[in-house]
Amino acid sequence: MIEPEVEVVECDVLICGGGMSGCGAAYEAAYWAKPKGLRVVLVEKAAVERSGAVAMGLSAINCYMGMKWGENQPEDFVRYVRQDLMGLCREDLVYDIARNVDSTVHMFEDWGLPFFKEPDGRYKREGRWQVMIHGESYKPIVAEAAKKAVGERNIYERIFMSHILLDKDDPGKVAGAIGFSVRDPKIYVFKAKAIISAAGGATQVFRPHSVGEGLGRIWYAPWNTGSAYKLSITAGAEMTQMEHRLVVARFKDGYGPVGMWFLLFKAVLKNAYGELVEEKWADLLKEWLPYGDGKPIPTPLRNHQMIRDHLAGNGPHYLRTDEALQKLFQDVQNDPRKMREIESDAWEDFLDMTMSQALLWASENIDPAKTPSEVVLTEPYLMGSHASATGAWVSGPEDLAPKEYFWGYNRMTTVNGLFAAGDGVGGSAHKFSSGSYTEGRLAGKAAVAYVYDNPEGGSVEQDKVEALKKELFAPMEVYEKTRGLVTRGDVNPEALTPKQTLLRLQKIMDEYCAGQGSGYITNGPTLKRGLELLEMLKEDLPHMAARDHHELLRVWEVWDRIYCAEAHMRHVLFREETRWPGYYYRGDFPKLDEANWKCFTTSRYDAAKKEWTLSKKPYISLIP
Amino acid sequence: MPTFVHPDKCDGCQALDRPACMYICPNDLMVLDKSLGKAWNQEPDQCWECYACVKTCPQTAIEMRGYGDVVPLGAGLAPLRGTDSIIWTVKFRNSQTKRFRFPIRTTPWGSIEPHQGFQEASPDEVKKAGLCGQQKYLGVPELPVVKH
Repeated sequence: MIEPEVEVVECDVLICGGGMSGCGAAYEAAYWAKPKGLRVVLVEKAAVERSGAVAMGLSAINCYMGMKWGENQPEDFVRYVRQDLMGLCREDLVYDIARNVDSTVHMFEDWGLPFFKEPDGRYKREGRWQVMIHGESYKPIVAEAAKKAVGERNIYERIFMSHILLDKDDPGKVAGAIGFSVRDPKIYVFKAKAIISAAGGATQVFRPHSVGEGLGRIWYAPWNTGSAYKLSITAGAEMTQMEHRLVVARFKDGYGPVGMWFLLFKAVLKNAYGELVEEKWADLLKEWLPYGDGKPIPTPLRNHQMIRDHLAGNGPHYLRTDEALQKLFQDVQNDPRKMREIESDAWEDFLDMTMSQALLWASENIDPAKTPSEVVLTEPYLMGSHASATGAWVSGPEDLAPKEYFWGYNRMTTVNGLFAAGDGVGGSAHKFSSGSYTEGRLAGKAAVAYVYDNPEGGSVEQDKVEALKKELFAPMEVYEKTRGLVTRGDVNPEALTPKQTLLRLQKIMDEYCAGQGSGYITNGPTLKRGLELLEMLKEDLPHMAARDHHELLRVWEVWDRIYCAEAHMRHVLFREETRWPGYYYRGDFPKLDEANWKCFTTSRYDAAKKEWTLSKKPYISLIP
Repeated sequence: MPTFVHPDKCDGCQALDRPACMYICPNDLMVLDKSLGKAWNQEPDQCWECYACVKTCPQTAIEMRGYGDVVPLGAGLAPLRGTDSIIWTVKFRNSQTKRFRFPIRTTPWGSIEPHQGFQEASPDEVKKAGLCGQQKYLGVPELPVVKH
C-alpha cells in the first residue's frame, strides 16, 4: 500500500459538511470573521454544488413564518413543534430558528431561487409553515453563496471527515479534525479553534423496504450516514433524544412526498375499503392525552392510526389523488388551461425532489387523476431536522435559554469549541432546509465569537494523528493481506466487505430495535439481545476490507452508522415508556409516562473506556 | 432509478480534468473506467436517482433505468437543464409522453454577492442575537424575543 501523504491545514473555524447547515455556517461565519481576518474552511465529502439532503432539489421550503405578512409568530411555531414532538422540544432552540428563518428565506429569493407567488406578492402557501418553490437548483444556488462567502480556496471537497482531534492538554476542548481523501492516498489534518459538526443525519441504519438494486431508494439521502452524530459522539459530546427517530408515510416504493397532496390538494388517506383512516381510528388518540386531542395530530400518532388499520387487515392504504384532482378540476370548471396548471404542479412536486416517483408512475402508466397511489410508512431515520429531534445537546442563545440550557455560546456542544447544526442538533425539530441553514448561520456566528474569546486554540497531539493515519487506511491493508485467501469473490474467512457489514447492521436494527420489519415494536430483553449482537459486529469491524478508495469511504460510513445505531439502541432502552407510538413501541412500557419521562434523555460516550452513560435532563418550557 | 451510461455517447469528458458525472455525484458512484475511457455507475444499489449526473453530462450520455426490483420496464424520464429553466420529458410504459418546463433560477449564475448592502461586521456585535443582514432581510423591524 502507498504511504498516505499528510496535508495540514490551519484555520480558525472548520465546518464539517457542506449541506444546508454547513453552507449557512460558512455564509454567516465569513461575515463575522472578516474584521479580524479569521480563516473559515468548509470540508465536504462530495461536491458542495450537489451535496447533502437537498442535493436533488426541493419543491417546498417547509419552515417559514411570514412575520412580515403577519402570518405566524415564533411562539406559534414553538407550540406547533412541541405538539408534533409529543411535548418535548428545546423551546429556546426552536424559537431561535423561527425568529431568524424569514431572513434566510428572503435572502434565498434575492439570490435567485424561484418562488410561487400570490397576486399580492406573498409566497404561495402549501400549508401553514410551508411555501412552494421551483427548487431544482436550490442547492447549487446556496452553494454558490457559500463558496463566494469563504472563497474557493477554503472549500475542500471529496474529503471524508472521520474524527475530531481534542486538545493535547484539555480533552474537553477541540484542536482540529482529521479526514481522508476519497480519491487519493491522502490524509488531511485541519487545525482549528472552533469546529461545526454539520455533517448530516443517518440513513440505512435500519433495513429499508427496498431490496436488491433498489437499496438506495430510500426516503432520505443515502449519503447521509450520520457523520454529524459520529463526530460529536466520539469527541465525547453529550447527545440528546437519540431514541427519537423519523418514520413517515410516503408513496410506496418511490418515496415521493405527500405533503403537497395532503396540505394543498386536500387529498385523504383511505384504506382498501374506502374508509378514512383518521376517522376510523379517532378514538385511539384518546389514549395519548394531552397530545392526542391537540391539533394538528402529531406525526407519530397519525402513523399509529395507520399501523392499527394495517394490523386490522385493511390495507393497502391509498392516497386518493384521484378524488382530490377530480375535485380540483371541478373547482376550475374543467378549464383545460387551469387543469394543465394543476397537473404541472402535481408532477413538479416529484420532479423537483423525488424524480424516481415520477418514473415509477410513468412505468406503471399511473395518471394520478384516475388512479390512487399506495402509501406506506418508511423505515426509521435518525435526524434532527424533520419531525424528529436526535442530535447533540447544545447550548441555547443567551437571551432565550434558561440557565440549565446555556453555557456560553449558542449551538455549542458540551465539548468546548465544538458546535453543531442542522440534523446534528437534538431536541429541536421541523427545521427542514431553511431552518437547518438558519441554524448553521447561528452556529457559524457563535463559533466566530468563541474564536474571538479563545484566540490561542488547542494543540493537536502528533501521536494521535499518526495512530489515526494508520487506522484510517487499515482497511486497505486488510484487503491486501486477505485477498489471496480465496480463489475469487467476496466470501473470505478473514475479511468482510463494507456492504456485508452494513447489511448485518441493518438486520440487527430491524429485528431488535423496532424496525419496520418488526412492526416498529421492541422491548428491554430484545434490545439487550440486539446490543449483544451489535457488540460482536463491532468486534468484527476491523476485518472490513477496502479494495479501493471508494470502499474505504464506505468502511468509514459503516462506522458512522454503527455509532448512530448504538446510541439509538441504548437510548430506546433507557427511555422506559412509549412516547411516540407510530415511531416505535416499547412493548414492556406501552404507555406515555408523563410523570417520569417528560424530560430529555442524554448520553455521553467515553471513547477511552468505550462506555456509555445515560441520564435525564429537565424539560423547561418558555412558551405557554 | 440507477444510472447507466450509453457507450456511444460518453467520451469520458476528455476535454475536462475529470468526468463531469464523477465530479458531481453526491455518493461517489460515477467513475471513469480508464481502460474504456468511459464513465459507469460503480455501485447502482446506492444510487438515489438524484439525477445530478444526468443533468450535468455534456453528452447527455447518462440515463436511468427503473430499479430491477420494483419498476416495470419501458418508461423513461429525461431532463434538459438550461440556465434558467429545466424541461422534463416523461415517457410512460404505454408510450404516452408528457413534457413539463419549470424555472430554476431568476438571476444569472454567478451573480450572488454575499453580504452585499450589509453594514460592516463589528466584533462587538458578534455576541448579540440575530444574524447578518437582518435589517435588509428579516422583514420586521426588531428580532422577536420571548415575551414573559
